Amino acid sequence: MRKMLLAVLSRVLQSPAAAAAGGKTASRVMVASRNYADFANEATFEIKKCDLHRLEEGPSTTTVMTREEGLQYYKTMQTIRRMELKSDQLYKQKIIRGFCHLYDGQEACCVGLEAAIKPTDHVITAYRAHGFTYTRGVPVREILAELTGRKGGCAKGKGGSMHMYTKNFYGGNGIVGAQVPLGAGVALACKYFGKNEICLTLYGDGAANQGQIFETYNMAALWKLPCIFICENNRYGMGTSVERAAASTEYYRRGDFIPGLRVDGMDVLCVREAGKFAAEYCRSGKGPIVMELQTYRYHGHSMSDPGISYRTREEIQEVRSKSDPITLLKDRMVNNNLASIEELKDIDVAVRKEIEEAAQFATTDPEPPLEELCNHIYFNEPPFEVRGANQWTRYKSAS
Amino acid sequence: MRSWRGTSASSCWARRWLSTMAPIRCVGAITGPGKGLRRALSALSFQISRGLWKKYGDKRVIDTPISEMGFAGIAVGAAMAGLRPVCEFMTFNFSMQAIDQVINSAAKTCYMSAGLIGVPIVFRGPNGAAAGVAAQHSQCFAAWYGHCPGLKVVSPWSSEDAKGLLKAAIRDDNPVVMLENELLYGVPFELSEQAQSKDFVIPIGKAKIEREGTHITLVSHSRLVGHCLEAASVLAKEGVECEVINMRTIRPMDIEAVEASIVKTNHLITVEGGWPQFGVGAEICARIMEGPAFNYLDAPAVRVTGTDVPMPYAKILEDSSTPQVKDIIFAVKKVLNI
Repeated sequence: MRKMLLAVLSRVLQSPAAAAAGGKTASRVMVASRNYADFANEATFEIKKCDLHRLEEGPSTTTVMTREEGLQYYKTMQTIRRMELKSDQLYKQKIIRGFCHLYDGQEACCVGLEAAIKPTDHVITAYRAHGFTYTRGVPVREILAELTGRKGGCAKGKGGSMHMYTKNFYGGNGIVGAQVPLGAGVALACKYFGKNEICLTLYGDGAANQGQIFETYNMAALWKLPCIFICENNRYGMGTSVERAAASTEYYRRGDFIPGLRVDGMDVLCVREAGKFAAEYCRSGKGPIVMELQTYRYHGHSMSDPGISYRTREEIQEVRSKSDPITLLKDRMVNNNLASIEELKDIDVAVRKEIEEAAQFATTDPEPPLEELCNHIYFNEPPFEVRGANQWTRYKSAS
Repeated sequence: MRSWRGTSASSCWARRWLSTMAPIRCVGAITGPGKGLRRALSALSFQISRGLWKKYGDKRVIDTPISEMGFAGIAVGAAMAGLRPVCEFMTFNFSMQAIDQVINSAAKTCYMSAGLIGVPIVFRGPNGAAAGVAAQHSQCFAAWYGHCPGLKVVSPWSSEDAKGLLKAAIRDDNPVVMLENELLYGVPFELSEQAQSKDFVIPIGKAKIEREGTHITLVSHSRLVGHCLEAASVLAKEGVECEVINMRTIRPMDIEAVEASIVKTNHLITVEGGWPQFGVGAEICARIMEGPAFNYLDAPAVRVTGTDVPMPYAKILEDSSTPQVKDIIFAVKKVLNI
């Protein structure tokens, strides 16, 4: 009974903006309880039109999302959100050290893009990488254990926050902008091997002013590399707002001779459609394309940045209340009969449990043994000796 | 035995290497700017890649714009994704623009990923002093690259070195920096039958004794190996027999070869073209001091290096900025007290 009342109440109290975001109107029939057979299989949604640069046509402004897709996107985004918040907590407890750049607020970008490409495609990004590390297939416990520097971490504790890798995911890169030529190189390999694979090469609004990116645009266009250059514009490069850092903040146009699109990065469906459009463009052999995802990070640049000295709390709050990617998706699903509030709450509970267990693993797993110190200096190399702090201290290096 | 110029040895073996690798091995060469592969007339002295593009085409031999940071990064990314690129810098002076990609992207990635991602790339090009090209085009980078774990650094002298080391570098699954020398490209060397064979490879990390001797050990790399041999033949007339060691590899350094030689000769001189501070010779001396060979030294180890000055242009000044044969002979006589 209570559940039913709650269901009705929540619909009545729905914000008008969220209702408008949906396509069809939900039918407001009172039922004793909902079972999954009562949900729609799919719904059609209107999405924002992308701004275009050197393109006649852009991605479609309507898209279909199935119930299954919606639940998967919701769960993935919620997992990333809670994983990042857990990392915040662990950092403040000094269990995570050094660098920690959190992705909460930007979940729609990695989830939407992953939905647009195949697992055989390739992705490379900068240091705000936990979201992509997860969507590319690394389990939460291995991500958290890497952050806490344990041997169960995805890089055995040797990489840390900025250096997580997996198949077809080349990190996690600490040097601003350096990942962009690397991504074009991966795209070059894709073209060479001829298996119709592409590479997503991500960078931020801060990195967008790096010279090596323009060198890369030039070569990628010259050689028609199947590379999608994606600028995750979260409005601030560390503590500098885009207006104070860039003579042109139209990052989707900065590729000049390379076509570009500007996308609402808070809407997972918008990102997905734009990603599909860009992927098809690259696969057709036309060469590279630039995508600017307009997004927002709730945390500061890193854990050493409170994030409120260069922007107001009001601004952060406004984005949270009006454009949160998870809330946007939730409202869409509920308003279009793709899921119920309870069902999504159940997912929330399951996600919290998963994160707690992962955090438990990450705080109890042992640190890597000292023998691991000098391993993997080289790849595929017979063992050799490595000098330690003095000439009498020697370690062994195995590959 | 045939006589091979450094250039033709490098390019000839390069052709042979490309043809012996089956396409599935996916080897390529990314050449730096100005190689003039498509230019009818190339006035440049290097032309290491001459003929490669004609034989292997656009897919495997890529002429790039003058964007070192960009193309080095592209080469590293391609290596991460399964190709085996050879990235050429027109000279290593320009590699400074790309050094972040060489060190932070190539050298460290295998370690940071705990062995998940290997970077089988070769960075090659001329290093060190040329002739009359002045300060910005004459620096030796052996010490800079030799400093970093995760890299391998080789420095050929003879044609045999060039062929064997580059083949080994390409076959190696790790980032290898190959420091060639522009002035050596035009120097002919004898190449033994064995060295002419298709699969001739020199192991990385092993030095070679170019000349055996009993009175003093001269350790060098690249062009100055030749200077050491010249000094040795002059000194031989005076009854001093020098043992000349060609390091061949800067990292990992074959210090055992130097130690074994010192046990025999009891005297050490290191000879390099680079600047003295924090140089290759400094490292050799430090390691000898730390090891068993120290007890066999009858005199402190001595370094012969480039003069500690940016390279000047005027010939008379340039001649005093890099070690000459006479400088090596002078040092030998000082060490041996003769």
